[in-house]
Amino acid sequence: MSAPVVEARGLGKVFGTGEAETEALRGIDLEIAEGDFVSLIGPSGCGKSTLLRLIGDLVSPTTGTLVVNGKEPRQSRLDRDYGIVFQSATLLDWRSVQKNVELPLEIMDFPDAERPTRAREMLDLVQLAGFADHHPWQLSGGMQQRVAIARALAFRPALLLMDEPFGALDEMTREAMQQEVLRVWGETGTSVVFVTHSIPEAVFLSTRVVVMSPRPGRISDEIMVDLPPKRDLDTREDPRYFELVIEVREALRRGESGSSGS
Amino acid sequence: MTERDDQIQETSITDVFASFEGDVPASGRRSSPARLVRRYLPAVFAFLAVLLVWEGLTRLFGVESFVLSKPSEILNSFSETSGLIWGAGMRTLFEAAGGFVIGTSLAVATSLAAAHWVGFRQGVLPLAIVLNATPIAALAPIFNNWFGLTNPFSKMAVVAVVVYFPVMINTTRGLLEVDPAELELMRSLAASPSEVTRRIRIPRALPYFFSSLKVASVLSLIAAIIAEYFGGPQDVLGQYIVNRAQLFQFPDAWAAILVASILGVVFYLLILAAERWLMPWHVSFRTSE
Amino acid sequence: MGGANRRVARAGISILAVIVVFVLLWEGYKLIWTAMGWENPVRPDDRTMPHTWDIFLALFQPAQRNGPPFILVELRAALMTLREAFVGFLIGGAVGFGLGVLFVRSTISERAFMPYVVASQTVPIIAIAPMVVVWGGRANLPQWLSVSLIAAYLTFFPVAINTLRGLRSPHPTSMELMRSYASTPSEVLWKLQVPAAMPYIFTALKVSAAASVIGAIVGELPAGLRGGLGRDLLQFSQQFTAAPEKLFAAVLIAGLAGIAFVGLITALEHRWIGANRRLAA
Repeated sequence: MSAPVVEARGLGKVFGTGEAETEALRGIDLEIAEGDFVSLIGPSGCGKSTLLRLIGDLVSPTTGTLVVNGKEPRQSRLDRDYGIVFQSATLLDWRSVQKNVELPLEIMDFPDAERPTRAREMLDLVQLAGFADHHPWQLSGGMQQRVAIARALAFRPALLLMDEPFGALDEMTREAMQQEVLRVWGETGTSVVFVTHSIPEAVFLSTRVVVMSPRPGRISDEIMVDLPPKRDLDTREDPRYFELVIEVREALRRGESGSSGS
Repeated sequence: MTERDDQIQETSITDVFASFEGDVPASGRRSSPARLVRRYLPAVFAFLAVLLVWEGLTRLFGVESFVLSKPSEILNSFSETSGLIWGAGMRTLFEAAGGFVIGTSLAVATSLAAAHWVGFRQGVLPLAIVLNATPIAALAPIFNNWFGLTNPFSKMAVVAVVVYFPVMINTTRGLLEVDPAELELMRSLAASPSEVTRRIRIPRALPYFFSSLKVASVLSLIAAIIAEYFGGPQDVLGQYIVNRAQLFQFPDAWAAILVASILGVVFYLLILAAERWLMPWHVSFRTSE
Repeated sequence: MGGANRRVARAGISILAVIVVFVLLWEGYKLIWTAMGWENPVRPDDRTMPHTWDIFLALFQPAQRNGPPFILVELRAALMTLREAFVGFLIGGAVGFGLGVLFVRSTISERAFMPYVVASQTVPIIAIAPMVVVWGGRANLPQWLSVSLIAAYLTFFPVAINTLRGLRSPHPTSMELMRSYASTPSEVLWKLQVPAAMPYIFTALKVSAAASVIGAIVGELPAGLRGGLGRDLLQFSQQFTAAPEKLFAAVLIAGLAGIAFVGLITALEHRWIGANRRLAA
């Protein structure tokens, strides 16, 4: 029924000039529909984070066209169409947890009365309601990242960009956070672009896995994840889950050998 | 390696102080009484030992007081001349505090401008680092002639220039050394530059600013006393110390130095209190829970 | 060594830029304030603010009738002050390094003395200058050496603090590695801790170099030592109404002396970094 949230055609990005020139991305064609959960996976240097930053207009493309939410990426950023979560929680030490979630609302001039209610709603959503008055340093890494997610969603953006958000967490916390993200995604219906280099994570979370290969960064494969929408511990033991993991692994390997041969 | 070297290059006395504070996590954390005793007992012991040995040796060998005054003589003079030296101390403190306020204000204004305009920063920062290598105290005779030998403003001006450089260099660094992810976050929220300054850069710069203020508080008294050496009213600490020393009234001079140190420490502690009040969130003040 | 040449060139350019900017500000101030009839904060007349070129020319006029030019006299004074500063710098640097090593070896000594090392700096240490001069006199030290001691007093603190910090900077695993080799404490010190501390020590040395020049200039005042920059500054200050350019010219030379000393240390630091990079490569 609706136009894609992200639409890229022949997208390319070159960093630096002359001798120091490196081609980060070449010929990216990608479409992300509303409500999709798309993972970008690939070895380091494949430009997956750069692609995410292009979508967020944190860097500008060298070639090709990119439409986000039906607009120029820049306009889309100015309209605050997306929320972003980085590998580090990037919480501000001098603000309480609640005030951290309120930060985007302050910048967007939400009315004073509305901000605390919104923030509390979001903290409820990530199950941190009891920690509103804590300071970031009093929380564990996983909790900090949940605050970052609450902050990213506080203004109800159409799109959530996540750049290896669980890369710094231990395996146990990581799995709990994945469950958490799926729940939040189910409740908000936001489209998600998720950068990761963990194959099981990509398969477990996504509706679609985009496999990328390096030098120059490009999309080498796309794998639809046909697991049931409701995913839990049993999913991780589902034979189909294992098949998909192997499929992604092989796609990654093909991408590697393809690039070393060229 | 290279990165660290480049970082270390642009340093000032502030880093030296800041690094010391990093080494001793004493003041901020709550410690058990036993830990406090273990921590400070050696220092207290050393203090008493030095005083006793000092007093004992000067008595034993009959050292004349103009060579090395006995602690008891200094204490004596401290109480006998208290009106005189505290009066002088207050006048010197006035010069120091006045210069401190002027220098710090100018420094903060420059830092904000330097953080905002790249061109300005590229022109001003190297210049400041070069000027920071000059003996700024040498300006004292110029200011004495410009503003008048007896005008306290001529001393304040010296203090202001001395204080200006460490505060400016450090605050600018704090305003610029922001986590790139925080800048990306603000960009993703389409925040304006002034919003980035207000919500990210200034809070991030506060620790740098305060560590430079602590140095500046101590420097300001030293600078005021140095400026007084170059002439001016006689009823200030610098002149009092020189005059007493020339008359070989060393206990008097030492008592005045004691006043100067007390004032310096109080000034320093005031800054420390302001720091805790303004940045209760900072690492060094966190209580472990 | 192309890098070194570039650095020298860059330093030269920035010093030149400083001078140009300063001249423009100075003369601009004079022009505007004269035109507007303003007198605050500083009067723009030639008595109070001589023209920059007059200050520059004063450098080349004889200091006294038929004497050598002013710049020669002042450079000699600067050399004398720099010698005092340098000797003080060496003494202070050695004491500072020694304290750093002592403190890193013995926690008790650190706890006993560190607070006083710090307190010695929160005290306006310069105030003891007159006493040091008297002590030096009693001990039959040459007067300039007393001045050096004052400079040393200003020097030792940054070096002590940063040496301690630097000696502690190696990662615990590096220390464990050394221990696994059954190294003696002095091997650990010289092969691991001191090399790791060098960047910190150089930082402190730059701070100390500037401080030692201040210490020497200020120390000359109570010492009544003639022939150095400190006394000259005081003297030209008293002759300000007759010959204001002289004071400004002397302050200029004092500034250059400080920059030269710090520049020397910076050059040494770059050589050290360069040598280490070659070893690493």
